[in-house]
Amino acid sequence: MTPAAGTSVSRRAGAAAGRRRRPPLPVVAAAAAVTLGTLIPLGFVVVMTVATGWETAVKLIVRPRVGELLANTVALVVLTVPLCIVIGIAAAWLVERTRLPGARFWSLVLAAPLAVPAFVNSYAWVGVIPSLSGVGGGTLVSVLSYYPLVYIPAAAALRRFDPALEESAASLGLGRWRTFRRVVLPQLWLPITGGSLLVGLHLLAEFGAFSMIRFNTFTTAIMEQYQSTFNGAAANMLASVLVLLCLLMLLLESRIRGNARYARLGSGAAGKPAALPLGRYRLPALAAVAALAVLALGVPLGSVLRWLYAGGTEVWNWPVIGQTLLQTLGFGVAGALVTVVLAFPVAWLAVRHPGRFTKLLEGTNYITSSLPGIVVALAFVTVTISLVRPLYQTVPVVIAAYVVLFLPRALVNLRSGLAQVPHELEETAQSLGRPPLTVFFRVTLRLTAPAAAGGAALVFLGIANELTATLLLAPTGVNTLATRFWTLSSEIDYSGAAPYALILILLSLPLTYLLYTQSRKAAGQ
Amino acid sequence: MTVSPTPVPAPSRPAARSVPAGDPASNSHLVIDNVTKSFGDVQVLHGVSLSVHRGITTAIVGPSGSGKTTLLRLIAGFEAPDSGSIVLADEVVAGGTRLVPAHRRNVGYVAQDGALFPHLSVGRNIAFGLDRKKFRSRAAAEARVAELLQMVSLEPAYARRRPDELSGGQQQRVALARALAREPELMLLDEPFSALDAGLRVATRKAVARTLAEAGVTAILVTHDQGEALSFADQVAVMRRGELAQVGNPFVVYTRPSDRETAEFLGDAVILEADLKGSLATCALGGIPVRRPTCQGKVHLMLRPEQIRIATDGPIAGTVLETDFFGPEITVRLRLHPPAGADQLHGETITIRHWNASLAQPGTELRLRVIGEGVAFPA
Repeated sequence: MTPAAGTSVSRRAGAAAGRRRRPPLPVVAAAAAVTLGTLIPLGFVVVMTVATGWETAVKLIVRPRVGELLANTVALVVLTVPLCIVIGIAAAWLVERTRLPGARFWSLVLAAPLAVPAFVNSYAWVGVIPSLSGVGGGTLVSVLSYYPLVYIPAAAALRRFDPALEESAASLGLGRWRTFRRVVLPQLWLPITGGSLLVGLHLLAEFGAFSMIRFNTFTTAIMEQYQSTFNGAAANMLASVLVLLCLLMLLLESRIRGNARYARLGSGAAGKPAALPLGRYRLPALAAVAALAVLALGVPLGSVLRWLYAGGTEVWNWPVIGQTLLQTLGFGVAGALVTVVLAFPVAWLAVRHPGRFTKLLEGTNYITSSLPGIVVALAFVTVTISLVRPLYQTVPVVIAAYVVLFLPRALVNLRSGLAQVPHELEETAQSLGRPPLTVFFRVTLRLTAPAAAGGAALVFLGIANELTATLLLAPTGVNTLATRFWTLSSEIDYSGAAPYALILILLSLPLTYLLYTQSRKAAGQ
Repeated sequence: MTVSPTPVPAPSRPAARSVPAGDPASNSHLVIDNVTKSFGDVQVLHGVSLSVHRGITTAIVGPSGSGKTTLLRLIAGFEAPDSGSIVLADEVVAGGTRLVPAHRRNVGYVAQDGALFPHLSVGRNIAFGLDRKKFRSRAAAEARVAELLQMVSLEPAYARRRPDELSGGQQQRVALARALAREPELMLLDEPFSALDAGLRVATRKAVARTLAEAGVTAILVTHDQGEALSFADQVAVMRRGELAQVGNPFVVYTRPSDRETAEFLGDAVILEADLKGSLATCALGGIPVRRPTCQGKVHLMLRPEQIRIATDGPIAGTVLETDFFGPEITVRLRLHPPAGADQLHGETITIRHWNASLAQPGTELRLRVIGEGVAFPA
């Protein structure tokens, strides 16, 4: 009995109760194994860089070609990210906080370009402006493809925003613009930094869209190098630089984001934000929103339809389309299922047993999630060829690459799903005489099912639109919609590629809608 | 700890109000012996011992962070004690190397917010724990669910509702019905009424107490609300900083608290400097009898405010300093006039309760009388 403990026996101890128990060993082992698996690409880059040797590495990295790629990539990021932020925030604000005519309609339409893969967007714009190329072309296509990554979270944040904060600012003598700058904008900091990171990582990873308009970035150069020399040190070194850029971006984002608290303080239900009358800016605002929708959604759709019309009925090669669709569904469903199953132990540990170990697991997955498909693909090519030759270009390896690429999508969803199953429910089920495994299946798994389905859908969407890893790893003769589209459009058979573009867009639309409604739900509507 | 609660059987304290007739003293249903528990560096329980008789209701009451919920979770089997033992119906469920998991303890548990499964209807929630061998047919299970609903005063039609269609009080009653479905030997209630608003809290508490009494289940309630503990339980265990400060009948614990902290936690207390000789304490309110004093000389004398009454022929005088109106009653702060020949106790102020607001204007002189005995704590 130590009376010295005194009041330090605090609320904290009570809150920690139930989570401090040691997690079951099989779950820990499974989560650790999955995380180790996701480290393969990073390990590959490190091992390859070391194996290449310092001198060769410097020779391969310090050369005009790399300088040009670096300049292109940096210019692309510096131009695209700010544009995405401005467009995304402005669109979100107009749609959510003003009396824009048809705001609900526009709010959905402006999210829809997420369903158009960047390489389809690029293909469409080449049709409109055949001379499209270089940094300008890359920026145009990127901004139109990726601004929803800022727009969707920003719109969700604005909808959740408590109008009492703005009212307080007004009562403290701040005008409308100063209120926006000093109260509203800081609240958008997380969507801005998080969205910018996503845009940046997409820019580094994108291959198809830039290759189509002959704009050279690290990713396109690695692909070119790989296709000409198969597995050379040159491609590997470019990959090292690319990984370095990705890690720099992660670091930059975590520095800028900081750890300030933006959640609403205090209790009680938040009021509904008031919509601002636009007055004489009504028409210009409407025109701007409509123009964005036309550029980002109208042009790709119109272009695809134009090529379809030009191609007539013969582009609808049904046996091939059917086979490609089936193969895409096969890859997508298998990849989504495997990814969600493997994500479960990691997510479960992160939610139920938060600690140093689970932080490490999460951090690892966070870093892996930033790696471009081309790096993951190169890693798996090298590992299979040098270690497990018979597995080279087989389905299990493709699925494994998908797991590494898309695990974070499943993790995010599963985490929030599991967090909504309070452990009191599990304990109550136990006190009702059900053993832990039964409790897991009848309570935990059942309640997590919607989140798991959402995660699986996102993984599926990623796989259907994935290009680089599938091109490098898929068995010969196996094509997904994306690779078939890519092959045809590379052969300048734009009409033949059009059906695949259309199917890709149609397939992605419902899932984009799901994402959109999820963000609304998260905002409490 | 100041007063060691009784270990194993043989309570030295007055028995609870409604121990079943003919119950021998050895009939302890739950025996907790010298249990400790730490989370990381923080020791939450410092050797807690408690014994609970079959069929009675015990309230563990204490401020937040005192370790009461941890104790409950140890009994339920959601946590394992670091040392000490827990014996339930003569079976060691935790102690030494033995640890019976929660699902094999037959201990009912009602969480703070009810913890109804959101994906199941009310009926399926209640049927969740039913023994499938005993209720093989659907009709038998449904009949049992209807019976359980009736036990908690809900219509059988509620079985088809979803948990989110129920009010908070109804949800708590369903949670109780669900926990009763397996006919547990022991029912644990973790602040089950704290999420309800005031009116509903009292009604639900009464309904739950009645149901538990009718089912004859031994129950342990954890709460930070002293009023709830005193009104709900046959036995109150006051918990503080991971120790049990006092265990006993609610009336005894309230009127004869073991120390000043317990006294002030369980309700308002008037504490006065006093000089105790034998069993008579002399203080600003005159001579007050003290039962079974444990100390002598300079002491702190504790009286409950309701023991001090305003009476026109009272022997003590005081001047009203300020009042606070609460509707049915009023609290009155008074400065006592020193009694003749006791000027060292000059001018102490006390706060009492009274029902008549118009009597107690600031500046008025009132006469007071003390009813009953006081409790002395070493100064």
